[in-house]
Amino acid sequence: MYQIIVLLPLAGFLIAGLGGNMIGAKASEYVTSSFLVVAALLSWIGFLSFDAAEPMAPITLLHWMQSGDFDVSWALKIDRLTLVMLVVVNTVSALVHIYSMGYMHHDPHRPRFFAYLSLFTFAMLMLVTADNLIQMFFGWEGVGLASYLLIGFWYKKPSANAAAMKAFVVNRVGDFGFLLGIFGVFVLFGSVNLDTIFAGAADIAAQMGGEAGEAAAHGAASAGDVVLSFAGYSLTMGSALTVVCLLLFVGAMGKSAQIGLHTWLPDAMEGPTPVSALIHAATMVTAGVFMVARMSPIFELSHTALTFITFIGATTAFFAATIGLVQNDIKRVIAYSTCSQLGYMFVAIGVGAYSVAIFHLFTHAFFKALLFLCAGSVIHSVSDEQDMRRMGGLRKHIPVTYWTMVIGTLALTGFPFTAGYFSKDAVIEAAFVGHNAFAGYGWGLTVIAALLTSFYSWRLIFMTFHGKPRASADVMHHVHESPMVMLVPLFILSIGALFAGMMFEHSFVGEGYEHFWQAALYMGPDNHILHDLHEVAFGIAIIPTIMMALGFVIAYWLYIVNPAKPKQLSETHRGLYKFFLNKWYFDELYDFLFVRPAKALGRTLWKTGDGRIIDGLGPDGVSARVLDVTNRVVRLQTGYLYHYAFAMLIGVAALVTWMMIGGIS
Amino acid sequence: MTDWPILSTVTFLPLVGALLILFIQDDNELARRNIRNVALMTTVFTFVVSLWIWGEFDYETTGFQFVEQAEWLGTGITYHMGVDGISMLFVILTTFLMPLCVLASFESVKSRVKEYMIAFLVLETLVIGVFCALDLILFYIFFEGGLIPMFLIIGVWGGKRRIYASYKFFLYTFLGSVLMLVAMMAMYWNAGTTSIPELLAHDFPASMQPWLWFAFFASFAVKMPMWPVHTWLPDAHVEAPTAGSVILAGILLKLGGYGFLRFSLPMFPIASADFAPLVYTLSVIAIIYTSLVALMQEDIKKLIAYSSVAHMGFVTMGIFAANAQGVQGAIFQMLSHGLISGALFLCVGVVYDRMHTREIAAYGGLVNRMPKYAVAMLIFTMANVGLPGTSGFVGEFLTMMGVFQVNSWVAIFAATGVILSAAYALWLYRRVVFGALEKESLRSILDLSRREKAMLYPLIVLVIFFGVYPMPVFDVTAASVDHLLNTYNAGLEAASSSVAEAN
Repeated sequence: MYQIIVLLPLAGFLIAGLGGNMIGAKASEYVTSSFLVVAALLSWIGFLSFDAAEPMAPITLLHWMQSGDFDVSWALKIDRLTLVMLVVVNTVSALVHIYSMGYMHHDPHRPRFFAYLSLFTFAMLMLVTADNLIQMFFGWEGVGLASYLLIGFWYKKPSANAAAMKAFVVNRVGDFGFLLGIFGVFVLFGSVNLDTIFAGAADIAAQMGGEAGEAAAHGAASAGDVVLSFAGYSLTMGSALTVVCLLLFVGAMGKSAQIGLHTWLPDAMEGPTPVSALIHAATMVTAGVFMVARMSPIFELSHTALTFITFIGATTAFFAATIGLVQNDIKRVIAYSTCSQLGYMFVAIGVGAYSVAIFHLFTHAFFKALLFLCAGSVIHSVSDEQDMRRMGGLRKHIPVTYWTMVIGTLALTGFPFTAGYFSKDAVIEAAFVGHNAFAGYGWGLTVIAALLTSFYSWRLIFMTFHGKPRASADVMHHVHESPMVMLVPLFILSIGALFAGMMFEHSFVGEGYEHFWQAALYMGPDNHILHDLHEVAFGIAIIPTIMMALGFVIAYWLYIVNPAKPKQLSETHRGLYKFFLNKWYFDELYDFLFVRPAKALGRTLWKTGDGRIIDGLGPDGVSARVLDVTNRVVRLQTGYLYHYAFAMLIGVAALVTWMMIGGIS
Repeated sequence: MTDWPILSTVTFLPLVGALLILFIQDDNELARRNIRNVALMTTVFTFVVSLWIWGEFDYETTGFQFVEQAEWLGTGITYHMGVDGISMLFVILTTFLMPLCVLASFESVKSRVKEYMIAFLVLETLVIGVFCALDLILFYIFFEGGLIPMFLIIGVWGGKRRIYASYKFFLYTFLGSVLMLVAMMAMYWNAGTTSIPELLAHDFPASMQPWLWFAFFASFAVKMPMWPVHTWLPDAHVEAPTAGSVILAGILLKLGGYGFLRFSLPMFPIASADFAPLVYTLSVIAIIYTSLVALMQEDIKKLIAYSSVAHMGFVTMGIFAANAQGVQGAIFQMLSHGLISGALFLCVGVVYDRMHTREIAAYGGLVNRMPKYAVAMLIFTMANVGLPGTSGFVGEFLTMMGVFQVNSWVAIFAATGVILSAAYALWLYRRVVFGALEKESLRSILDLSRREKAMLYPLIVLVIFFGVYPMPVFDVTAASVDHLLNTYNAGLEAASSSVAEAN
């Protein structure tokens, strides 16, 4: 069954990709979408019928590479974590496929679009089912390729091409770390297969005498040996694990758009909106979170790495939220919101609450995909306008979209008993009870970010749907509700956004979590965070909800009661406003630090290095010298007798002198 | 059938074709078509016959197979042929790429068709000979002989600066191999034989190894090419006709890597170990330096040429990592690069034949008129970037993994190549293929013809096949690489124990 789930999207891709022009756009749509629906149903069956207590052996598909001790196969690892991801990926993907039938209705290249969507889904499934790091890397790069193709789907737009390339290259920076991390894992554990790695990690944990942490590692006799030399440092097991974890995390930062490597995500909004919903909200960007959770057995052994993850996650959650406050492009607001929510997930991972992170990933997939698809429905209705300053007053015209989007917003901001309420509050509480050095920092920033999230989400709703219409009369005249094929996915996702938290809280993070996850997520023996977070005092637990309400009130006050106020505020705090609006100037900074120097260096190396130095001193120089010398020799031959006689005289004099000096010594 | 001299057959079959062509008058269109067809038939037939070698190949044997040996010149130098797991696939690669080269020249070469095809067939014979030769002198003759047809192909059928480029190519490679010839004589005086299998078993004195190693290094480093002796390659590529570039990048560059594996590593293990840091340094410089240079190129072919130098950096790095992943990765990278760079040059040839310019700025928005071309180019670009699932990934990954175990700094620097290659390759793709079709001259450009599909589609299939299932290659190379590494490590151990005794 799992082979079918994974391979159906591939089949869809091949049929639509190779035969798309032959079978036509309609047929391509139906084939790919129906394959995905089947895959999604099968995933749910697998998820609900799975008994985590009986571990499944990996399903091997094909031998891949073998060289010396290095041996990998294409294989599927099925456990609870995989199944959660299968459900998320296939459900959202199937809905996005269906939605796209309506959204891309006018596009002449629909077979290509659906082929790419299916290709993406296939790569994502390979990623989440990987039973070794190399296959995970295949999926990792495969989703990167699909993302590149889909961001640049409208290849005539220069901005789309630039964004596509940027996404790929920035992700490659992350891959740089991921690759080195894989090599490190191979050196430490002698294998890249997850089961072997986890067994090795368990041994190390045992060696540490039940006390996880580097201090213990340094103390243990056998762990004191140098196991890895990296960048000139000879590392013992404890610090080697830290280095490896940090390298892997760099990869996760790239994919999950954490601060520093986030710059590609907002630009990726150049792609069609269903793509943003599928790739840049629900699935691909969560791959980093998934990877770290998947590798929890080794991350759990390095407190330093986890502390760093908390720091990065919290910073991203806050930083992206501040940018989201002032953006005017409806999709970019949601994109920064995604970035911020991914930060939340990493905070949870950083304090050791892996299942909380995955829980948030799970619920986030529903409500964020919902928000994006709603945004797509809005954009669709106002003639492809994305700037919220030219929207407003759409509530009456597209009520279904409005209400589903409100549901998505409630879930995102954590309105009581919606999906986000359970998962986001769990993240914040986990940060509160976390033990590492940055847990308090993480708690503080996630609480503030909760306020900001609520503010920008409601700002989006108010600017788009309330107030007076700011679009031209012509556009307003054409505003229409989307067709059923687009609305049905919104309904289904709304159900998820409302109830996914309530239904699954018990299994994911509640009392039933051990039975639910079994060995899929590893937590050290002294990691009691899931237990602790249920004992947080009510006064603390209520804070995120207060923040949510506060954010709503501020947004309501600024955009409904006092619509002129935001402009005034931005005038009075010009510097801060510019700073947020220009996204903390990351793009400018990178352009200055990396892009332009790389180009200048490339040009210098080419013109000066290759041209003037290597060729100049090498072949061209030699041939020039030879010509030079021969020219001079020619000039020496003047034809005057006294020149020759004089030269002879000097020669004789020199010879005699030399012989005399030589004779003396 | 095992007695049949299959290697000689494959090696000299192209010469038979050349001989046939020699008798065709090159004076009218019909005759020229005949010449092209004969050349194509010959190369295809050679390829089919060469597959026999793979079919009969014994995966378990570590030594040479299909060995042929005959007295020659009566001086102890013999005509000695044979292949092992390291060389066999290069023979197949050569015979596979040749028909594509002939196809690529069907329409682009209009003058002196007869001489052109003869030059190519002779080149094929010589290159196959290099991979099969088991005698130093025979190897040298094939190795050097290959220069001449290539020199002519660039110099006669090349672009505007073809004379400069062909001389640069010739001088660089020739100067390098003169040193190699001296070293070969020294080896003969020391070991008393020119037979490669015997030399592989011979222990060269530790004092001699550095000199021999450097002499061979001079020759192979130029061929690879390694930084800083790489500057002949961009010029040669730019001026060479499409098929010439394919052969140059696909096969001739591999002679250097093959030489390192056949001579440097097993015959001079001590020197190889001693000088590995030097090789690492040059490899890393090659990867980063030429990637940066590639970023700024304005000529499509030059960009791909520079990217070839960067990719060869992975090969040298992997070879001198001297472990299973490194060496197998290097072999795989060479084979895969033969397919990918060959394909990329064919892709450039496709548009060059239409527009007669290689300038990046002259293109843009090709996808609008040439969707099939865009797909093919995308796949090869991604393979060049080393995307998993294409053959480009396997070699790059294994070489880095190999070298990481020896020296992590090298792997760290090499991994930056992963970022840079994405940058230059995707930027090229964006400028040439994506965008709106705005240039007037491109309005009527046509998509791939049937002939071009026949060239590119098999390459697509192979690039993806070997990315997903590279085991056929590893099965062939595993035993020989193991053997090679055992020889290498035994040599090192013997040296260290003798040092210990001396102390």
